[in-house]
Amino acid sequence: MINKGEILQTIEMIDQQHLDVRTITMGISLRDCCHPDINICSEKVYDKICRLAGNLVKTGEQISSEFGIPIVNKRVSVTPISIVAESCEAEDYLPLAKALDKAAKTVGVDFIGGYSALVHKGCTKGDARLIRSIPEALSETDLVCSSVNIGTTRAGINMNAVREMGTIIRRTAELSDGFACGKLVVFCNAVEDNPFMAGAFHGVGEPECEINVGVSGPGVVSEALKYCKGQPLDVVAETIKKTAFHITRVGQLVAQEASRRLDVPFGIVDLSLAPTPAIGDSVADILEEIGLSSVGASGTTAALAMLNDAVKKGGVMASSNVGGLSGAFIPVSEDAGMIRAAMAGNLSLEKLEAMTCVCSVGLDMIAIPGDTSADIISGIIADEAAIGMVNNKTTAVRIIPAIGKTVGDIIDFGGLLGRAPVMPVNTCSPALMIARGGRIPAPLHSLKN
Amino acid sequence: MRAFVTVIGKDRVGIIAAVCTLLAEKKVNILDISQTILHDSFTMIMLVDAAGCEISFETLSAELSSLGDSLDLNIRIQREEIFNAMHRI
Repeated sequence: MINKGEILQTIEMIDQQHLDVRTITMGISLRDCCHPDINICSEKVYDKICRLAGNLVKTGEQISSEFGIPIVNKRVSVTPISIVAESCEAEDYLPLAKALDKAAKTVGVDFIGGYSALVHKGCTKGDARLIRSIPEALSETDLVCSSVNIGTTRAGINMNAVREMGTIIRRTAELSDGFACGKLVVFCNAVEDNPFMAGAFHGVGEPECEINVGVSGPGVVSEALKYCKGQPLDVVAETIKKTAFHITRVGQLVAQEASRRLDVPFGIVDLSLAPTPAIGDSVADILEEIGLSSVGASGTTAALAMLNDAVKKGGVMASSNVGGLSGAFIPVSEDAGMIRAAMAGNLSLEKLEAMTCVCSVGLDMIAIPGDTSADIISGIIADEAAIGMVNNKTTAVRIIPAIGKTVGDIIDFGGLLGRAPVMPVNTCSPALMIARGGRIPAPLHSLKN
Repeated sequence: MRAFVTVIGKDRVGIIAAVCTLLAEKKVNILDISQTILHDSFTMIMLVDAAGCEISFETLSAELSSLGDSLDLNIRIQREEIFNAMHRI
């Protein structure tokens, strides 16, 4: 029998420490929606999403109400659209982006991901068309998210795609005053079952339809650490593990319930600690609770490495299937502590890059001056991809050129995406390197030093 | 379907009566009650069986919540499974 203390602890986690399930994401294969006529293809895409995800939002709300746990977002991820659209004769894939947006609005989800291309070794005709259409697709839709995978540990880095993505990010920013760049992520080693946006897509190895769940709860971890002040770091790691276990069990329960009620297989629980801009829901707060005066201080990378590892160790045992990105997220605009540190000048782009070597994902939701050149953006992408490629992990760049703004200004996205101070970027040019294009070969997997 | 009703807030006359009346009206059976004053705040936890409840769980939850608002209390109902999932292997 559950005791009173456990019941009150659960309620306190939900009420005061922002424990929530960040997202129930339904992955849907659109591989049977191909058609030479893009309008027919778009209709098939729209119909299939509406048919399979029609009850997703209602089911999510029922589960949330019955278990008393907030489920912040309901989302859909689909087969990378470059694959679905490959056989279309049209040059421009914008109608498909609009069909995705319309379907997302019809079923009532918060975001739809998968306006994506996987080009780590090279582009097909469809990949090239999709990438070209990203700026218009993201600025003319509301809920569509896009991702492009430009490198893997096994294939190396496609530097032609890196070069192009610098230009695409700039163009996307110019068409939307930067805002649409929050819906665009460039990956190295993208995962196929990620429920988090903007990088969610339904990979080609996934089933027809599945339910993936992303948990959250940095506030719960930082609260737990308040009870081990001054203790050695192994005690801190152990506390994080236990807390991550509790959090993930809730995610597993929600995933199983959603899967049963929707009659769709359960895919994975993503163990990520995903912050929100709300006070007390911050990964930076955890690092500061460990003993840093500000995130960005010396010791930040070590503390983050421990946090990331402990979250995985605690979470893995709590769920039957773990996947996605699973780790600690460090999006600057979505984390009150990161915003505070960046505004105080305590957190630089270079330090964030170092942090991405040891935690989930990468340079995330970072605003840079609006006049940053496409070459420099490509250089940032290449560096981040190299970290992912060499370390056999997922890395990503979701960076926002804040058009018309410069260092110290603020760009406000609203909602979960938060607000970001424009951070300084090294202005030395990588133009000649980026202009070379070609491929960076896959790294050696022996002689590790 | 078993669930926990939790009532937290400032103590006053008639809280238990009000909550039990609402549950009885909706045909929710009370299996166990514990009540205490914790950190100056009234804290009641009830284990209930909502299998015979005549309204949907969401409506029951909303009615308990609005009863809480009228008494200046926080009243919620959550299915037992979330506590088992979080605290038992």
